[in-house]
Amino acid sequence: MGEWMTVTDPHLSSESKNICQYTSETKMSPSSLYSQQVLCSSIPLSKNVHSFFSAFCTEENIEQSISYLDQELTTFGFPSLYEESKGKDTKRELNIVAVLNCMNELLVLQRKNLLAQENVETQNLKLGSDMDHLQNCYAKLKEQLETSRREMIGLQERDRQLQCKNRNLHQLLKNEKDEVQKLQNIIASRATQYNHDMKRKEREYNKLKERLHQLVMNKKDKKIAMEVLNYVGRADGKRGSWRTGKTEARNEDEMYKILLNDYEYRQKQILMENAELKKVLQQMKKEMISLLSPQKQKPRERADDSTGTVISDAEEDAGELSRESMWDLSCETVREQLTNSIRKQWRILKSHVEKLDNQVSKVHLEGFNDEDVISRQDHEQETEKLELEIQQCKEMIKTQQQLLQQQLATACDDDTTSLLRDCYLLEEKERLKEEWSLFKEQKKNFEKERRSFTEAAIRLGLERKAFEEERASWLKQQFLNMTTFDHQNSENMKLFSAFSGSSDRDSLTVHSRPRQKKPHGVSNGSLVCASKLTKSLPASPSTSDFCQTRSCASEHSSISVLNITPEETKPNQVGGEGTSQKWSMASGPASQEGCYSGCSLTHTNSHVEKDDLP
Amino acid sequence: MNFSEVFKLSSLLCKFSPDGKYLASCAQYRLVVRDANTLQVLQLYTCLDQIQHAEWSADSRFILCAMYRRGLVQVWSLEQPEWHCRIDEGSAGLVASCWSPDGRHILNTTEFHLRITVWSLCTKSVSYIKYPKACQQGISFTRDGRYLALAERRDCKDHVSIFVCSDWQLLRHFDTETQDLAGIEWAPNGCVLAVWDTCLEYKVLLYSLDGRLLSAYCAYEWSLGVKSVAWSPSSQFLAVGSYDGKVRILNHVTWKMITEFGHPATVTNPRIVVYKEAEKNPQLALGRLAFPPPRAAACTASSTESKYEIASVPVSLQTLKPIADRANPKVGIGALAFSPDNYFLATRNDSVPNAVWIWDIQKLKLFVVLEQLSPVRSFQWDPQQPRLAICTGGNKVYLWSPAGCVSVQVPGEGDFQVLSLCWHFSGDSLALLSKDHFCLCFLETEERAGTAFGRPGDHT
Repeated sequence: MGEWMTVTDPHLSSESKNICQYTSETKMSPSSLYSQQVLCSSIPLSKNVHSFFSAFCTEENIEQSISYLDQELTTFGFPSLYEESKGKDTKRELNIVAVLNCMNELLVLQRKNLLAQENVETQNLKLGSDMDHLQNCYAKLKEQLETSRREMIGLQERDRQLQCKNRNLHQLLKNEKDEVQKLQNIIASRATQYNHDMKRKEREYNKLKERLHQLVMNKKDKKIAMEVLNYVGRADGKRGSWRTGKTEARNEDEMYKILLNDYEYRQKQILMENAELKKVLQQMKKEMISLLSPQKQKPRERADDSTGTVISDAEEDAGELSRESMWDLSCETVREQLTNSIRKQWRILKSHVEKLDNQVSKVHLEGFNDEDVISRQDHEQETEKLELEIQQCKEMIKTQQQLLQQQLATACDDDTTSLLRDCYLLEEKERLKEEWSLFKEQKKNFEKERRSFTEAAIRLGLERKAFEEERASWLKQQFLNMTTFDHQNSENMKLFSAFSGSSDRDSLTVHSRPRQKKPHGVSNGSLVCASKLTKSLPASPSTSDFCQTRSCASEHSSISVLNITPEETKPNQVGGEGTSQKWSMASGPASQEGCYSGCSLTHTNSHVEKDDLP
Repeated sequence: MNFSEVFKLSSLLCKFSPDGKYLASCAQYRLVVRDANTLQVLQLYTCLDQIQHAEWSADSRFILCAMYRRGLVQVWSLEQPEWHCRIDEGSAGLVASCWSPDGRHILNTTEFHLRITVWSLCTKSVSYIKYPKACQQGISFTRDGRYLALAERRDCKDHVSIFVCSDWQLLRHFDTETQDLAGIEWAPNGCVLAVWDTCLEYKVLLYSLDGRLLSAYCAYEWSLGVKSVAWSPSSQFLAVGSYDGKVRILNHVTWKMITEFGHPATVTNPRIVVYKEAEKNPQLALGRLAFPPPRAAACTASSTESKYEIASVPVSLQTLKPIADRANPKVGIGALAFSPDNYFLATRNDSVPNAVWIWDIQKLKLFVVLEQLSPVRSFQWDPQQPRLAICTGGNKVYLWSPAGCVSVQVPGEGDFQVLSLCWHFSGDSLALLSKDHFCLCFLETEERAGTAFGRPGDHT
């Protein structure tokens, strides 16, 4: 500081003050604060400083001070303050420019120095704080090290203790094992001892018995006796025989006879059972064949179908087996044939049933194709799937439950581990509970879905019924609509029929076909209707009556049937026998049309009968 | 159903003759033979001491009366009342006496099972069989009376001897693989002998008549084993009841187990009918809760009528907790019997003493459970049809048939506690035995219903 004081010019001090202030303002580092303090303290001292400066340079010693400064500056490498003297004698002139340059340079230097100082100070500060930090870290780590070391020692101690305990336990276990072994040995030895004693006792007992026997029996005990008034005859009336070798042999013989009889009896029973079983098998086979025979023609027509050949094989077999001699054959041959043929039959039956199933499902599919409802099969599949899913879910739940239980069980085992694991377990439990509830919900949902499905199925059935009813009513309507038209038509026909008996029918079918195409699309159970038609025919009233009623009916309520119209005309010409033939024809080639009209026929029949009653 | 009047009886000795004509009963030292239908006294014999055992000969012509305390057996003839026979075993003592199937020999077992003496009524000959084993059921005759199987113990080993009864000749002698043989029994067809070991070990051995081991069966080890054994009348099944509360049915072809009948304390299957005896008088219901019922309570309670109710499943039956540290614990199948037509098997589990289980042998399933109010004393099948008579020591007799079951009170002013019962071979009547009385119960069959009332001696 002293140096700085000495170096700075008096008029520079204000500037330097400014700079200081400036720096203090810009950077509030502790060093600048310090310098500010210094500056602040220097402000009241400015007079003194001034006086001190004034002491350095006064009016009198300007020259000297200049030369001194010059000297000083030149030693620091600054250019001289004086102008280059032209001559040696001339008094050296003060070069103002040089002075100013010097001053400027000094100032720049000063500034630089200040900056450098500041940098150094900040760096110093930084380093100091770094140092602090590092020291802190160091202290902390040291502490940590200490604690871990302590911990390690503790753990080591515990380990040692545990090992000790373990050793003790091992020892105990060994002792226990030894004990068990010892006890087992003791038990075994006791058992043998007991058995031995028992045997000894029993022997003694036997000896005693023997002795007692001798004592009691051998001496002529008068008391041991039987008093009988008179001996009775043997139950079989024979006399007792002497014991000889023969009787022994006879006894043996009899024994074997009895045994043989028993075995024979059992064999007979088994044979009977066998025969009955065979009979059952045979019957089953026959029934199967008879059951399958209606289908025989069809598969035979299809020559490539394998079932046809199998059936013929089976038939041959049946032919063979029907012979009574087969019954007496040894078991193996008959059995083989029987089982083989039964198996074949069974296979056929199975395939047949499967085919039927397929057909049924096909029919179902066709039946439901038009309607936008889920088919039964789909529904079943869906329910099956759902059930499967439910099953899976249940299984999963079960396994989870098991796992949970296992975990709980293992948790109970070890106290320390359980303590450590408890938190996890709780968490897991929570999670499992959540999952459980989720699963329950899922299950409930599944059940709900299932229920809805079944409900849908029920609804479907109801809808179907309703639909069928609707269809019936629609058919009726349709028919009613048509009959009005047909009535006129038939009248036309009547005219035609007057000319030609057979051609009218053909023309009628031709006429009717385009009309009936539409209803056919709707009615699927056509076969049933057709059969109804054919069945209802023989049961219908005698043709002449029928015709009368029909005409009556047509007069009364203009109800007439499509297929009946030709009939009405026919009986007039051909007679009673011809009608039935005609009916069958109508149902044969044009059964599809017939079905529809058949339905209506039964319907009208009832109507007619009703009309007749009053 | 009609009941006869009450007659005196001692030691529960009341037996129908094998031909069904007579009824012998013992009262102290008197033996009374009555007509089985009219109950008229036909003969009255007086023995030398109180009779402890009485038995008809197979041809119904003789009756033996054993007085074990005196070592005496007296035989009486029904046809010749003056005929008498007295067998004195003297100092050898007597513990058991029985007829041989021909009705002409008497087998007496001396005290300590020293020997069996075979006394003949036809000749003076006396045969001895040494080393009989003292066990539960050591003597077994085949049903046709031809052979006798006898359990023996020689040199600390079990043996079985088969004798021909006609001349008491030894036919076969073989040792059995048993620790301590407990019983033997012939199959009804007389060709297979079932041998079972003591209760400490589950072991059933089957021997042919010629001494071959046909099969050995062991259901489990290390636990109490066989408790009771019964052959089906057709010899087709062997039912083995054991201490684990199960009956195992062995078949006669492979001698393997066909099925296992557990006796659970709760019946859950709704197909099983559970008949529960219920008192008609509900006020006395409290008195019956004590178990075993004190005599006084039993007396008062026995006067009330009871009926069967069909309990709705699940039914839990009253179970006894067996005392584990006592010998002969009340566990296991203590009694089992096949119906004469082979269709049913009746069993009693000793830990459920009030119940009788009836199993359908055709379906091998439990059919009916009867739960009584008191422990079942004994039960016996009607020899002619599937009808089971049960007694519980009260004054009622219970009858079950596939059609249903009834509880019948024995009439009479005194208290009649039915301790045992035995059927007439025709199945028409039933002798009910109490401690010192007996009476006959005539069951009405359709054709006899009208005449039943006219029977003399009827008392209802």
